[in-house]
Amino acid sequence: MHRIVRKRVLGPNLVELEVEAPLVAAKARPGQFVIVRLHDKGERIPLTLADWDPREGTLTLVAQMVGKTTHQLGEEYQVGDAILDVVGPLGNPSEIQNYGTVVCVGGGVGIAPIFPIARSLREKGNQVLGVVGARTKELLFWLDRMEEVCHELHVTTDDGSYGRKGVVTEPLREILASRPVGHVWAIGPAIMMKFATRTAQEFGVPITVSLNPIMVDGTGMCGGCRVELEGQAKFACVDGPEFPGEQVNWDLLLARLSAYKEEERCALEQYLQVKEGRR
Amino acid sequence: MIRPTQVPMREQDPKERIRNFAEVPLGYTPEEAIAEAERCLQCKNAPCIRGCPVQINIPKFIRELREGEFRAAITTIKETNNLPAICGRVCPQETQCQAECTLGKKYEPVAIGRLERFVADWEYENGVEIPAVSDPSGFRVAVVGSGPAGLTCAADLRRLGHDVTIFEALHEPGGVLMYGIPEFRLPKTIVRAEIENLLKMGVELRLNVVVGRTITVDELFQQGYHAVFVGSGAGLPKFLGIPGENLIGIYSANEFLTRVNLMRGYLFPEYDTPVKVGRVVAVVGGGNVAMDAARTALRLGAERVVVLYRRTEAEMPARREEIHHAKEEGVEFHFLVNPVRFLGDQGKVAGVECIRMELGEPDESGRRKPFPVPDSNFIVPADTVIVAIGNDPHPLVPRTTPGLKTTPHGTVVADEEGRTTREGVFAGGDIVTGAATVISAMGAGKRAARAIHEYLCSRYGKKEG
Repeated sequence: MHRIVRKRVLGPNLVELEVEAPLVAAKARPGQFVIVRLHDKGERIPLTLADWDPREGTLTLVAQMVGKTTHQLGEEYQVGDAILDVVGPLGNPSEIQNYGTVVCVGGGVGIAPIFPIARSLREKGNQVLGVVGARTKELLFWLDRMEEVCHELHVTTDDGSYGRKGVVTEPLREILASRPVGHVWAIGPAIMMKFATRTAQEFGVPITVSLNPIMVDGTGMCGGCRVELEGQAKFACVDGPEFPGEQVNWDLLLARLSAYKEEERCALEQYLQVKEGRR
Repeated sequence: MIRPTQVPMREQDPKERIRNFAEVPLGYTPEEAIAEAERCLQCKNAPCIRGCPVQINIPKFIRELREGEFRAAITTIKETNNLPAICGRVCPQETQCQAECTLGKKYEPVAIGRLERFVADWEYENGVEIPAVSDPSGFRVAVVGSGPAGLTCAADLRRLGHDVTIFEALHEPGGVLMYGIPEFRLPKTIVRAEIENLLKMGVELRLNVVVGRTITVDELFQQGYHAVFVGSGAGLPKFLGIPGENLIGIYSANEFLTRVNLMRGYLFPEYDTPVKVGRVVAVVGGGNVAMDAARTALRLGAERVVVLYRRTEAEMPARREEIHHAKEEGVEFHFLVNPVRFLGDQGKVAGVECIRMELGEPDESGRRKPFPVPDSNFIVPADTVIVAIGNDPHPLVPRTTPGLKTTPHGTVVADEEGRTTREGVFAGGDIVTGAATVISAMGAGKRAARAIHEYLCSRYGKKEG
């Protein structure tokens, strides 16, 4: 059982949770993820690590409430409640080296996992340029934490309610056009990572992305998370989750993400109805 | 006068059972079991024992059963097999003990598996005796994986007085017994009961620990474990590697069965994990897992389930009983066909392009090797495909354990007794042999337990607890 020790609402449908998981916290590295199962009828969902504290034995997870499980986690689970299963750290850690100058791009809920990567890159002596963006001001979070670890931070919102109006690829493009960059990291919605990859490719700069396909076990057993890299099938859970963006078949990833769209909607609607009824 | 045929076991009617997940064979009554036991010739040389990977004293337990001494019979079985309710159901007896049965030369062999199941179920209903545990040895052993190899190894080590901790990556113990084999073939209450017994013996179980990620084998030694048994299995699903394989609606058998068995996808949305089955399901492969997937798909409401297998029925690795059950339930079989490409419609699978095959000379497995017939391509329409062509060994433990040698196939190098190339590390089951059977994994777990015991005694001398 994994007790929730802190909880904070970051924005509409966006929560930050600190959860006890000492074994995972002791081993966690940037870029890795955990599988979480809330209760004994729950599904197993992957969440990329946003932060961890080995001394306190806790993990920080940021979840966007999109489906039933994340809604339940965000709305029903309070400080003191326990999550049934937390497994990890899973996946390969980010390859943190000194690349000279790196750009760390975080889109939406992807701001959370890009943070520990940016921090480690900074510790390795990189010049770290941050680009974070969201649809609107209320969905931005952790700007203070990103400010702390980035030499420069560029902020965008789609609607212009905060920072620059536009999407993250615009500042990314300007940075890449203006100075030599050794590596780009991008984490966010698949479509954002796809376009960040295109932008990096235009300038011939290598880019690492963190893929978030549908997973069941997260340990290499089901193959549901298979993605295609240069025509080769890979399992995101054991071969990734980070991959060179240039090699990813984005359209396939986007299609596979929608495999259970109907079921996800049905589960969420039913959950919200029941919740409404309880009120 | 010996009855030439086995006493039949009652089964759920096929028309009924394809609408539920309850067990198909219903078990013997005591009278039926005794009648079947009376067919045993009690051969002095007991060839059946040679056919058993864990050398159960088969004539002895059958004699006890026949005399109505059910408790004695189960005790005899448990001297060498701690999971009889499971083995009685999923062992391929027809190629093991029953293949050696003297009676089988003239008539049907004694139904040893059914008798084993009968006494195991009898014990389950009448109270299980927890095996005695020796005085504490003072040694600690870590067992990686709670599948058949790990469970057997843990039980045997515990009986010898060692302190045993099992580390399991998933949220439920049992490995393939839980996530792989469906309820209708192996009820999960049985697996849970067997694990419960292990815990009563004092084995410790740590769930949600992925050895190789959460903790490494090196760290287990640092934490004071004196030996490690790796039974992490062959869990990595193989795919065909043909175009279109990543279309939506194409599952590995592992994913499909895990969603149903472990995550209870058949109870969605009461349980949160969905599983999708279309109208026409194609299952690729001819083993037990393919049969499990096909029969599960039927139970989830598929209108048609078609098994595609590249050889003929005679070469199918699945148990005859499972093929028979699948046919009874309405699963269709296309033999001598091999998929070459999956066809899609808006990102979803819509069909399988196959090529016809013919059999040539026997290959290294002794089965005749299939060859494609040129220009014989045809299309099998399907909106769900389940690929059940086997699994590769799980790479996490070998990859993170220095000094642990693996073969080019990714299996861990170990001798007959499970000794690996690294001192104190033993391995057995599918991680060593590649995907095989429950009972062979149990046999390996057993031999490794003995080897670990010998290793601990000789390496450290007798320790006082």
